[in-house]
Amino acid sequence: MGFLDTLLGRTKPVQPKLDDLFGLPSAAITLEAATGLTPTGSGSVCFRAVEGKTFKDVQDDVHELLDMDAGKPGGGLPVEVTKDTYGYTWIVSSHMSDETQALVTDLHAVNSALVDNGFGPQLLCTLVAFRDSNERRLALVYLYKRGTFYPFAPLAGERRNNALELEVKGALGDDLKFEQDLSRWFPVWGAPGL
Amino acid sequence: MARTRYAPDRGLTVRMTVTMFLLGLVFVAFVALIIGIMTAVHASAASIVLIALIFGGGSAFASLFYSDKIALATAGARVVSPQEAPELHGIVDRLCAMADMEKPTVAIAPTDLPNAFATGRNSKHAVLCVTNGLLRRLDGAELEGVLAHEMSHVAHKDVQVMTYASLLAIVAGLLVRFAFYSELFGGGGRRGGNNNQNAFPIILAIMVVSAVVYAISFLLIRLLSRYRELAADRSAAQLTGQPSALKSALVKVSGAMSQIPNQDLRAAEPLNAFFFAPALNLRNKQATLSTMFSTHPSLEKRIEQLDKIQRELGQVSPE
Repeated sequence: MGFLDTLLGRTKPVQPKLDDLFGLPSAAITLEAATGLTPTGSGSVCFRAVEGKTFKDVQDDVHELLDMDAGKPGGGLPVEVTKDTYGYTWIVSSHMSDETQALVTDLHAVNSALVDNGFGPQLLCTLVAFRDSNERRLALVYLYKRGTFYPFAPLAGERRNNALELEVKGALGDDLKFEQDLSRWFPVWGAPGL
Repeated sequence: MARTRYAPDRGLTVRMTVTMFLLGLVFVAFVALIIGIMTAVHASAASIVLIALIFGGGSAFASLFYSDKIALATAGARVVSPQEAPELHGIVDRLCAMADMEKPTVAIAPTDLPNAFATGRNSKHAVLCVTNGLLRRLDGAELEGVLAHEMSHVAHKDVQVMTYASLLAIVAGLLVRFAFYSELFGGGGRRGGNNNQNAFPIILAIMVVSAVVYAISFLLIRLLSRYRELAADRSAAQLTGQPSALKSALVKVSGAMSQIPNQDLRAAEPLNAFFFAPALNLRNKQATLSTMFSTHPSLEKRIEQLDKIQRELGQVSPE
Protein backbone atom coordinates (compact mmCIF):
# COMPACT_ATOMS: atom_id res chain seq x y z
CA MET A 1 0.00 0.00 0.00
CA GLY A 2 1.35 3.37 -0.96
CA PHE A 3 2.00 6.25 1.41
CA LEU A 4 -0.98 8.22 0.13
CA ASP A 5 -3.32 5.24 0.52
CA THR A 6 -2.18 4.80 4.11
CA LEU A 7 -2.67 8.47 4.83
CA LEU A 8 -6.14 8.43 3.35
CA GLY A 9 -7.17 5.08 4.79
CA ARG A 10 -7.79 3.42 1.47
CA THR A 11 -7.16 -0.23 0.76
CA LYS A 12 -7.19 -1.42 -2.78
CA PRO A 13 -8.65 -4.92 -2.85
CA VAL A 14 -5.83 -7.27 -3.83
CA GLN A 15 -6.25 -8.77 -7.28
CA PRO A 16 -5.38 -12.46 -7.61
CA LYS A 17 -2.35 -13.75 -9.47
CA LEU A 18 -3.50 -16.64 -11.65
CA ASP A 19 -0.61 -17.64 -13.92
CA ASP A 20 1.60 -19.61 -11.55
CA LEU A 21 -1.14 -22.19 -11.15
CA PHE A 22 -0.17 -23.70 -14.50
CA GLY A 23 3.13 -24.91 -13.06
CA LEU A 24 1.21 -27.62 -11.17
CA PRO A 25 1.09 -30.47 -13.73
CA SER A 26 4.86 -30.58 -14.17
CA ALA A 27 5.41 -30.15 -10.44
CA ALA A 28 3.12 -33.15 -9.84
CA ILE A 29 5.50 -35.32 -11.88
CA THR A 30 8.53 -34.09 -9.94
CA LEU A 31 6.69 -34.68 -6.66
CA GLU A 32 5.86 -38.27 -7.56
CA ALA A 33 9.46 -38.98 -8.52
CA ALA A 34 10.82 -37.47 -5.31
CA THR A 35 8.32 -38.57 -2.66
CA GLY A 36 5.92 -41.10 -4.19
CA LEU A 37 2.93 -38.81 -3.67
CA THR A 38 0.54 -38.93 -6.61
CA PRO A 39 -2.36 -36.61 -7.45
CA THR A 40 -5.73 -37.94 -6.39
CA GLY A 41 -7.30 -36.09 -9.31
CA SER A 42 -9.27 -33.88 -7.01
CA GLY A 43 -8.79 -30.17 -6.55
CA SER A 44 -10.77 -27.20 -5.34
CA VAL A 45 -11.06 -23.44 -5.49
CA CYS A 46 -11.94 -21.57 -2.31
CA PHE A 47 -13.45 -18.10 -2.34
CA ARG A 48 -15.49 -15.80 -0.14
CA ALA A 49 -18.92 -15.41 -1.67
CA VAL A 50 -20.26 -11.87 -1.84
CA GLU A 51 -23.77 -11.44 -0.51
CA GLY A 52 -26.48 -10.74 -3.02
CA LYS A 53 -27.84 -12.18 -6.23
CA THR A 54 -25.16 -10.95 -8.65
CA PHE A 55 -22.47 -13.15 -7.14
CA LYS A 56 -24.85 -16.09 -6.87
CA ASP A 57 -25.57 -15.81 -10.60
CA VAL A 58 -21.87 -15.82 -11.46
CA GLN A 59 -21.32 -18.83 -9.23
CA ASP A 60 -24.21 -20.72 -10.83
CA ASP A 61 -22.83 -19.97 -14.31
CA VAL A 62 -19.43 -21.41 -13.36
CA HIS A 63 -21.07 -24.48 -11.92
CA GLU A 64 -23.01 -25.03 -15.12
CA LEU A 65 -19.95 -24.46 -17.28
CA LEU A 66 -17.86 -27.01 -15.39
CA ASP A 67 -20.59 -29.62 -15.43
CA MET A 68 -20.99 -29.47 -19.22
CA ASP A 69 -18.03 -31.79 -19.75
CA ALA A 70 -18.79 -34.07 -16.81
CA GLY A 71 -18.97 -37.76 -17.68
CA LYS A 72 -17.28 -37.32 -21.05
CA PRO A 73 -13.74 -38.76 -21.43
CA GLY A 74 -11.36 -36.42 -19.63
CA GLY A 75 -14.24 -34.37 -18.35
CA GLY A 76 -14.22 -35.64 -14.78
CA LEU A 77 -17.11 -35.91 -12.35
CA PRO A 78 -19.74 -33.22 -11.80
CA VAL A 79 -18.35 -30.52 -9.51
CA GLU A 80 -19.35 -30.25 -5.89
CA VAL A 81 -20.04 -26.94 -4.18
CA THR A 82 -19.73 -26.80 -0.41
CA LYS A 83 -19.56 -24.11 2.22
CA ASP A 84 -17.15 -24.45 5.13
CA THR A 85 -17.59 -23.36 8.73
CA TYR A 86 -15.78 -20.08 8.04
CA GLY A 87 -18.35 -19.12 5.42
CA TYR A 88 -16.05 -19.73 2.45
CA THR A 89 -17.31 -21.55 -0.63
CA TRP A 90 -15.37 -24.46 -2.15
CA ILE A 91 -15.88 -25.68 -5.69
CA VAL A 92 -14.44 -29.20 -5.90
CA SER A 93 -13.52 -30.70 -9.24
CA SER A 94 -12.71 -34.41 -9.51
CA HIS A 95 -10.82 -36.03 -12.36
CA MET A 96 -8.84 -39.21 -12.95
CA SER A 97 -5.50 -39.14 -11.16
CA ASP A 98 -3.55 -38.73 -14.40
CA GLU A 99 -5.59 -35.74 -15.59
CA THR A 100 -3.86 -32.99 -13.63
CA GLN A 101 -3.81 -30.77 -16.69
CA ALA A 102 -7.60 -31.02 -17.11
CA LEU A 103 -8.04 -30.41 -13.39
CA VAL A 104 -5.99 -27.23 -13.50
CA THR A 105 -7.98 -26.07 -16.53
CA ASP A 106 -11.19 -26.55 -14.54
CA LEU A 107 -9.82 -24.64 -11.57
CA HIS A 108 -8.68 -21.87 -13.87
CA ALA A 109 -12.18 -21.63 -15.34
CA VAL A 110 -13.50 -20.76 -11.87
CA ASN A 111 -10.77 -18.15 -11.38
CA SER A 112 -11.30 -16.45 -14.67
CA ALA A 113 -15.09 -16.39 -14.31
CA LEU A 114 -14.77 -14.59 -10.96
CA VAL A 115 -12.08 -12.23 -12.24
CA ASP A 116 -14.03 -11.42 -15.44
CA ASN A 117 -17.04 -10.45 -13.38
CA GLY A 118 -15.00 -8.21 -11.13
CA PHE A 119 -14.92 -10.58 -8.15
CA GLY A 120 -11.21 -11.43 -8.37
CA PRO A 121 -10.43 -10.12 -4.87
CA GLN A 122 -12.78 -12.73 -3.41
CA LEU A 123 -10.48 -15.65 -4.32
CA LEU A 124 -8.69 -17.19 -1.32
CA CYS A 125 -6.80 -20.28 -2.42
CA THR A 126 -6.77 -23.32 -4.62
CA LEU A 127 -5.98 -26.77 -3.38
CA VAL A 128 -4.78 -29.87 -5.25
CA ALA A 129 -4.76 -33.15 -3.35
CA PHE A 130 -2.02 -35.81 -3.32
CA ARG A 131 -1.73 -39.20 -1.66
CA ASP A 132 0.79 -42.04 -1.48
CA SER A 133 0.61 -45.78 -0.94
CA ASN A 134 1.08 -45.32 2.80
CA GLU A 135 -2.07 -43.16 2.90
CA ARG A 136 -0.09 -40.03 3.61
CA ARG A 137 -2.17 -37.07 2.52
CA LEU A 138 -0.92 -33.77 1.19
CA ALA A 139 -2.38 -30.73 -0.45
CA LEU A 140 -0.54 -28.13 -2.44
CA VAL A 141 -2.26 -24.87 -1.62
CA TYR A 142 -1.98 -21.96 -4.02
CA LEU A 143 -2.42 -18.52 -2.46
CA TYR A 144 -4.00 -16.28 -5.07
CA LYS A 145 -2.97 -12.98 -3.55
CA ARG A 146 0.68 -13.99 -3.18
CA GLY A 147 0.99 -16.16 -6.28
CA THR A 148 2.79 -18.76 -4.16
CA PHE A 149 2.28 -22.37 -3.09
CA TYR A 150 2.62 -24.08 0.24
CA PRO A 151 2.17 -27.71 1.31
CA PHE A 152 -0.40 -28.79 3.85
CA ALA A 153 -0.22 -32.32 5.25
CA PRO A 154 -2.94 -33.05 7.81
CA LEU A 155 -2.64 -35.85 10.34
CA ALA A 156 -5.39 -37.25 12.52
CA GLY A 157 -6.59 -34.91 15.28
CA GLU A 158 -5.82 -31.56 13.64
CA ARG A 159 -2.09 -31.98 13.63
CA ARG A 160 0.21 -31.25 10.72
CA ASN A 161 2.96 -33.43 9.34
CA ASN A 162 5.51 -30.63 9.25
CA ALA A 163 8.33 -32.97 8.23
CA LEU A 164 6.48 -34.04 5.10
CA GLU A 165 5.55 -30.44 4.32
CA LEU A 166 9.15 -29.31 4.50
CA GLU A 167 10.28 -32.35 2.51
CA VAL A 168 7.85 -31.40 -0.26
CA LYS A 169 9.04 -27.80 -0.22
CA GLY A 170 12.59 -29.06 -0.60
CA ALA A 171 11.67 -31.37 -3.45
CA LEU A 172 9.62 -28.83 -5.40
CA GLY A 173 11.48 -25.65 -4.55
CA ASP A 174 12.75 -25.24 -8.11
CA ASP A 175 9.51 -26.16 -9.88
CA LEU A 176 7.02 -23.96 -8.03
CA LYS A 177 7.18 -20.59 -6.36
CA PHE A 178 6.91 -21.51 -2.69
CA GLU A 179 5.71 -19.21 0.05
CA GLN A 180 8.86 -18.32 2.00
CA ASP A 181 7.02 -16.81 4.96
CA LEU A 182 6.08 -19.91 6.99
CA SER A 183 3.54 -17.94 9.06
CA ARG A 184 1.38 -17.77 5.96
CA TRP A 185 1.13 -21.56 5.67
CA PHE A 186 -2.24 -21.54 7.38
CA PRO A 187 -4.00 -24.85 7.99
CA VAL A 188 -7.10 -25.73 5.98
CA TRP A 189 -8.57 -28.43 8.20
CA GLY A 190 -11.40 -30.37 6.65
CA ALA A 191 -10.95 -28.84 3.23
CA PRO A 192 -13.26 -30.62 0.80
CA GLY A 193 -11.50 -32.84 -1.72
CA LEU A 194 -8.48 -33.47 0.48
CA MET B 1 -12.64 -3.26 -15.15
CA ALA B 2 -12.99 -4.71 -11.70
CA ARG B 3 -12.33 -1.35 -10.14
CA THR B 4 -15.78 0.09 -9.67
CA ARG B 5 -17.15 -2.78 -7.63
CA TYR B 6 -14.59 -1.97 -4.94
CA ALA B 7 -14.50 1.76 -5.60
CA PRO B 8 -12.82 4.05 -3.09
CA ASP B 9 -15.09 6.69 -1.61
CA ARG B 10 -14.01 9.99 -3.16
CA GLY B 11 -16.08 12.07 -0.74
CA LEU B 12 -14.52 10.39 2.28
CA THR B 13 -11.05 10.86 0.80
CA VAL B 14 -11.69 14.56 0.24
CA ARG B 15 -13.09 15.10 3.74
CA MET B 16 -10.16 13.27 5.30
CA THR B 17 -7.68 15.29 3.24
CA VAL B 18 -9.30 18.56 4.30
CA THR B 19 -9.23 17.52 7.97
CA MET B 20 -5.56 16.62 7.78
CA PHE B 21 -4.81 19.83 5.93
CA LEU B 22 -6.53 21.83 8.67
CA LEU B 23 -4.59 19.93 11.33
CA GLY B 24 -1.40 20.77 9.47
CA LEU B 25 -2.47 24.38 9.20
CA VAL B 26 -3.15 24.61 12.94
CA PHE B 27 0.24 23.04 13.53
CA VAL B 28 2.06 25.55 11.32
CA ALA B 29 0.16 28.47 12.86
CA PHE B 30 0.97 27.18 16.32
CA VAL B 31 4.68 26.84 15.62
CA ALA B 32 4.73 30.28 13.97
CA LEU B 33 3.00 31.90 16.92
CA ILE B 34 5.23 30.24 19.48
CA ILE B 35 8.32 31.24 17.53
CA GLY B 36 6.89 34.74 17.24
CA ILE B 37 6.31 34.92 20.96
CA MET B 38 9.72 33.52 21.70
CA THR B 39 11.51 35.99 19.45
CA ALA B 40 10.11 38.57 21.81
CA VAL B 41 12.73 36.56 23.69
CA HIS B 42 12.42 35.09 27.02
CA ALA B 43 14.54 32.39 28.46
CA SER B 44 11.86 31.12 30.83
CA ALA B 45 9.22 31.03 28.06
CA ALA B 46 11.61 29.26 25.70
CA SER B 47 12.45 26.61 28.25
CA ILE B 48 8.76 25.97 28.93
CA VAL B 49 8.13 25.35 25.23
CA LEU B 50 11.17 23.13 24.96
CA ILE B 51 10.21 21.05 27.98
CA ALA B 52 6.65 20.64 26.67
CA LEU B 53 8.00 19.51 23.27
CA ILE B 54 10.34 16.98 24.84
CA PHE B 55 7.76 15.63 27.27
CA GLY B 56 4.88 15.62 24.80
CA GLY B 57 6.91 14.17 21.96
CA GLY B 58 8.55 11.65 24.25
CA SER B 59 5.32 10.39 25.75
CA ALA B 60 3.65 10.19 22.32
CA PHE B 61 6.48 8.12 20.87
CA ALA B 62 6.73 5.94 23.93
CA SER B 63 3.01 5.20 23.75
CA LEU B 64 3.35 4.50 20.02
CA PHE B 65 6.35 2.23 20.54
CA TYR B 66 4.80 0.26 23.38
CA SER B 67 1.20 0.57 22.18
CA ASP B 68 0.75 -3.20 21.79
CA LYS B 69 2.05 -4.01 25.28
CA ILE B 70 0.26 -1.09 26.95
CA ALA B 71 -3.08 -1.94 25.34
CA LEU B 72 -2.83 -5.64 26.19
CA ALA B 73 -1.89 -4.88 29.79
CA THR B 74 -4.68 -2.33 30.17
CA ALA B 75 -7.28 -4.70 28.78
CA GLY B 76 -5.89 -7.59 30.82
CA ALA B 77 -5.74 -9.53 27.57
CA ARG B 78 -3.86 -12.74 26.98
CA VAL B 79 -2.21 -13.76 23.71
CA VAL B 80 -3.76 -17.01 22.48
CA SER B 81 -2.12 -19.68 20.34
CA PRO B 82 -3.84 -21.35 17.36
CA GLN B 83 -4.37 -24.46 19.52
CA GLU B 84 -6.21 -22.46 22.18
CA ALA B 85 -8.49 -20.55 19.82
CA PRO B 86 -8.58 -22.39 16.49
CA GLU B 87 -11.71 -20.70 15.13
CA LEU B 88 -10.46 -17.19 15.87
CA HIS B 89 -7.07 -17.95 14.33
CA GLY B 90 -8.78 -19.59 11.36
CA ILE B 91 -10.75 -16.43 10.59
CA VAL B 92 -7.68 -14.23 10.98
CA ASP B 93 -5.55 -16.57 8.81
CA ARG B 94 -8.06 -16.43 6.00
CA LEU B 95 -8.52 -12.67 6.19
CA CYS B 96 -4.74 -12.21 6.08
CA ALA B 97 -4.50 -14.45 3.01
CA MET B 98 -7.33 -12.55 1.31
CA ALA B 99 -5.81 -9.16 2.05
CA ASP B 100 -2.18 -10.27 1.58
CA MET B 101 -1.28 -9.03 5.05
CA GLU B 102 1.07 -10.26 7.73
CA LYS B 103 -0.71 -12.08 10.51
CA PRO B 104 -1.08 -10.04 13.69
CA THR B 105 -0.76 -11.46 17.18
CA VAL B 106 -4.16 -12.60 18.41
CA ALA B 107 -5.31 -11.95 21.98
CA ILE B 108 -8.46 -12.41 24.04
CA ALA B 109 -9.54 -10.14 26.89
CA PRO B 110 -11.66 -11.70 29.64
CA THR B 111 -14.27 -8.92 29.57
CA ASP B 112 -17.97 -9.34 29.04
CA LEU B 113 -18.29 -6.03 27.22
CA PRO B 114 -18.44 -6.82 23.48
CA ASN B 115 -15.47 -5.05 21.95
CA ALA B 116 -12.37 -5.45 19.83
CA PHE B 117 -9.29 -3.40 19.14
CA ALA B 118 -6.14 -3.50 17.07
CA THR B 119 -2.95 -1.74 18.01
CA GLY B 120 0.81 -1.83 17.53
CA ARG B 121 3.23 0.59 15.94
CA ASN B 122 3.42 -1.29 12.62
CA SER B 123 2.12 -4.42 10.95
CA LYS B 124 4.99 -6.50 12.39
CA HIS B 125 3.98 -5.58 15.94
CA ALA B 126 0.24 -5.52 15.37
CA VAL B 127 -2.01 -7.06 18.01
CA LEU B 128 -5.62 -7.95 17.43
CA CYS B 129 -7.67 -8.30 20.58
CA VAL B 130 -11.27 -9.37 21.08
CA THR B 131 -13.23 -9.70 24.30
CA ASN B 132 -15.01 -12.81 25.50
CA GLY B 133 -18.25 -10.83 25.34
CA LEU B 134 -17.76 -10.28 21.62
CA LEU B 135 -16.96 -13.92 20.95
CA ARG B 136 -20.08 -14.96 22.82
CA ARG B 137 -22.50 -12.54 21.20
CA LEU B 138 -21.50 -12.59 17.53
CA ASP B 139 -21.84 -15.40 15.03
CA GLY B 140 -19.05 -16.39 12.65
CA ALA B 141 -19.76 -13.95 9.84
CA GLU B 142 -20.30 -11.03 12.22
CA LEU B 143 -17.08 -11.80 14.07
CA GLU B 144 -15.28 -11.96 10.72
CA GLY B 145 -16.63 -8.50 9.88
CA VAL B 146 -15.39 -7.03 13.16
CA LEU B 147 -11.96 -8.67 12.76
CA ALA B 148 -11.73 -7.39 9.18
CA HIS B 149 -12.55 -3.89 10.48
CA GLU B 150 -9.76 -4.09 13.06
CA MET B 151 -7.31 -5.49 10.52
CA SER B 152 -8.15 -2.58 8.22
CA HIS B 153 -7.01 -0.29 11.03
CA VAL B 154 -3.70 -2.16 10.98
CA ALA B 155 -3.46 -1.92 7.18
CA HIS B 156 -4.25 1.81 7.28
CA LYS B 157 -1.60 2.28 10.02
CA ASP B 158 -4.19 4.11 12.10
CA VAL B 159 -2.21 3.88 15.34
CA GLN B 160 0.66 5.76 13.71
CA VAL B 161 -1.53 8.27 11.91
CA MET B 162 -3.53 9.11 15.03
CA THR B 163 -0.39 9.38 17.18
CA TYR B 164 1.16 11.88 14.78
CA ALA B 165 -2.14 13.72 14.54
CA SER B 166 -2.51 14.02 18.30
CA LEU B 167 1.11 15.03 18.89
CA LEU B 168 0.17 18.68 18.48
CA ALA B 169 -2.70 18.45 20.92
CA ILE B 170 -0.49 16.74 23.51
CA VAL B 171 2.20 19.42 23.26
CA ALA B 172 -0.36 22.23 23.30
CA GLY B 173 -2.12 20.70 26.30
CA LEU B 174 1.17 20.37 28.19
CA LEU B 175 2.06 23.98 27.35
CA VAL B 176 -1.15 25.24 28.88
CA ARG B 177 -0.41 23.34 32.06
CA PHE B 178 3.27 24.31 32.24
CA ALA B 179 2.54 27.96 31.52
CA PHE B 180 -0.14 27.91 34.21
CA TYR B 181 2.15 26.41 36.83
CA SER B 182 5.09 28.65 35.96
CA GLU B 183 2.68 31.54 36.34
CA LEU B 184 1.71 30.30 39.77
CA PHE B 185 5.10 29.38 41.10
CA GLY B 186 7.63 31.07 38.87
CA GLY B 187 6.03 34.49 38.82
CA GLY B 188 6.28 34.97 42.56
CA GLY B 189 9.19 37.41 42.38
CA ARG B 190 12.07 35.00 42.81
CA ARG B 191 13.66 36.47 39.71
CA GLY B 192 14.56 40.08 39.03
CA GLY B 193 11.70 42.53 38.75
CA ASN B 194 12.42 43.61 35.20
CA ASN B 195 12.60 40.04 33.97
CA ASN B 196 9.37 39.18 35.68
CA GLN B 197 7.30 41.94 34.18
CA ASN B 198 8.26 40.87 30.68
CA ALA B 199 7.62 37.22 31.39
CA PHE B 200 4.04 37.64 32.50
CA PRO B 201 2.39 38.70 29.22
CA ILE B 202 4.50 36.25 27.22
CA ILE B 203 3.55 33.29 29.35
CA LEU B 204 -0.06 34.40 29.30
CA ALA B 205 0.06 34.62 25.50
CA ILE B 206 1.54 31.14 25.21
CA MET B 207 -1.18 29.86 27.49
CA VAL B 208 -3.99 31.40 25.44
CA VAL B 209 -2.56 30.31 22.10
CA SER B 210 -1.97 26.79 23.37
CA ALA B 211 -5.46 26.53 24.79
CA VAL B 212 -7.03 27.59 21.50
CA VAL B 213 -4.78 25.26 19.51
CA TYR B 214 -5.59 22.43 21.88
CA ALA B 215 -9.34 22.94 21.46
CA ILE B 216 -9.21 23.16 17.66
CA SER B 217 -6.87 20.22 17.20
CA PHE B 218 -8.91 18.14 19.64
CA LEU B 219 -12.02 18.58 17.50
CA LEU B 220 -10.08 17.91 14.29
CA ILE B 221 -8.56 14.74 15.72
CA ARG B 222 -11.99 13.47 16.70
CA LEU B 223 -13.21 14.23 13.19
CA LEU B 224 -10.24 12.42 11.66
CA SER B 225 -10.86 9.45 13.93
CA ARG B 226 -14.47 9.21 12.75
CA TYR B 227 -13.36 9.27 9.11
CA ARG B 228 -10.83 6.53 9.77
CA GLU B 229 -13.53 4.39 11.36
CA LEU B 230 -15.64 4.80 8.24
CA ALA B 231 -12.63 3.94 6.08
CA ALA B 232 -12.03 0.77 8.13
CA ASP B 233 -15.70 -0.21 7.81
CA ARG B 234 -15.46 0.24 4.06
CA SER B 235 -12.31 -1.84 3.66
CA ALA B 236 -13.72 -4.55 5.92
CA ALA B 237 -16.96 -4.84 3.96
CA GLN B 238 -15.09 -5.01 0.68
CA LEU B 239 -12.65 -7.58 2.00
CA THR B 240 -15.27 -9.99 3.28
CA GLY B 241 -17.90 -9.17 0.67
CA GLN B 242 -20.46 -9.25 3.49
CA PRO B 243 -21.49 -5.69 4.40
CA SER B 244 -24.68 -6.97 6.01
CA ALA B 245 -22.80 -9.17 8.48
CA LEU B 246 -20.81 -6.12 9.56
CA LYS B 247 -24.00 -4.09 9.85
CA SER B 248 -25.55 -6.71 12.06
CA ALA B 249 -22.40 -6.86 14.20
CA LEU B 250 -22.45 -3.07 14.61
CA VAL B 251 -26.08 -3.12 15.62
CA LYS B 252 -25.46 -5.90 18.13
CA VAL B 253 -22.35 -4.37 19.64
CA SER B 254 -23.86 -0.94 20.05
CA GLY B 255 -26.67 -2.57 21.96
CA ALA B 256 -29.26 -1.20 19.59
CA MET B 257 -30.59 -4.64 18.77
CA SER B 258 -33.50 -3.89 21.06
CA GLN B 259 -34.47 -1.07 18.74
CA ILE B 260 -35.47 -3.55 16.06
CA PRO B 261 -38.78 -4.81 17.34
CA ASN B 262 -39.15 -8.57 17.42
CA GLN B 263 -42.91 -8.32 17.46
CA ASP B 264 -44.96 -7.78 14.35
CA LEU B 265 -45.56 -4.05 14.13
CA ARG B 266 -49.20 -4.53 13.24
CA ALA B 267 -49.81 -6.58 16.35
CA ALA B 268 -48.95 -3.76 18.71
CA GLU B 269 -49.44 -0.91 16.34
CA PRO B 270 -50.52 2.00 18.54
CA LEU B 271 -47.43 1.77 20.67
CA ASN B 272 -44.81 0.31 18.42
CA ALA B 273 -45.43 2.14 15.18
CA PHE B 274 -43.16 4.96 16.25
CA PHE B 275 -40.64 2.82 18.06
CA PHE B 276 -37.59 3.74 15.94
CA ALA B 277 -38.11 7.26 14.84
CA PRO B 278 -39.02 9.17 18.01
CA ALA B 279 -36.26 7.48 19.96
CA LEU B 280 -33.79 8.66 17.35
CA ASN B 281 -35.30 12.11 16.97
CA LEU B 282 -35.09 12.78 20.67
CA ARG B 283 -31.42 12.04 20.56
CA ASN B 284 -30.87 14.30 17.58
CA LYS B 285 -31.35 17.40 19.71
CA GLN B 286 -28.03 16.75 21.39
CA ALA B 287 -26.65 14.83 18.48
CA THR B 288 -24.63 17.63 16.88
CA LEU B 289 -22.64 18.33 20.01
CA SER B 290 -22.06 14.74 21.04
CA THR B 291 -21.06 13.69 17.52
CA MET B 292 -18.46 16.45 17.40
CA PHE B 293 -16.76 14.97 20.44
CA SER B 294 -17.09 11.29 19.68
CA THR B 295 -14.34 9.14 18.20
CA HIS B 296 -16.76 6.92 16.29
CA PRO B 297 -19.35 7.91 13.71
CA SER B 298 -22.97 7.32 14.57
CA LEU B 299 -24.45 3.91 13.94
CA GLU B 300 -26.80 5.40 11.35
CA LYS B 301 -23.92 6.86 9.38
CA ARG B 302 -21.95 3.64 9.43
CA ILE B 303 -24.92 1.57 8.31
CA GLU B 304 -25.71 4.06 5.58
CA GLN B 305 -22.20 3.67 4.19
CA LEU B 306 -22.41 -0.11 4.32
CA ASP B 307 -25.71 0.01 2.45
CA LYS B 308 -23.92 1.86 -0.31
CA ILE B 309 -21.12 -0.71 -0.46
CA GLN B 310 -23.71 -3.46 -0.58
CA ARG B 311 -25.18 -1.85 -3.70
CA GLU B 312 -21.73 -1.38 -5.27
CA LEU B 313 -20.81 -5.03 -4.71
CA GLY B 314 -24.12 -6.13 -6.18
CA GLN B 315 -23.80 -4.22 -9.44
CA VAL B 316 -24.67 -6.54 -12.29
CA SER B 317 -21.82 -5.45 -14.55
CA PRO B 318 -18.96 -3.34 -13.23
CA GLU B 319 -17.87 -0.70 -15.70
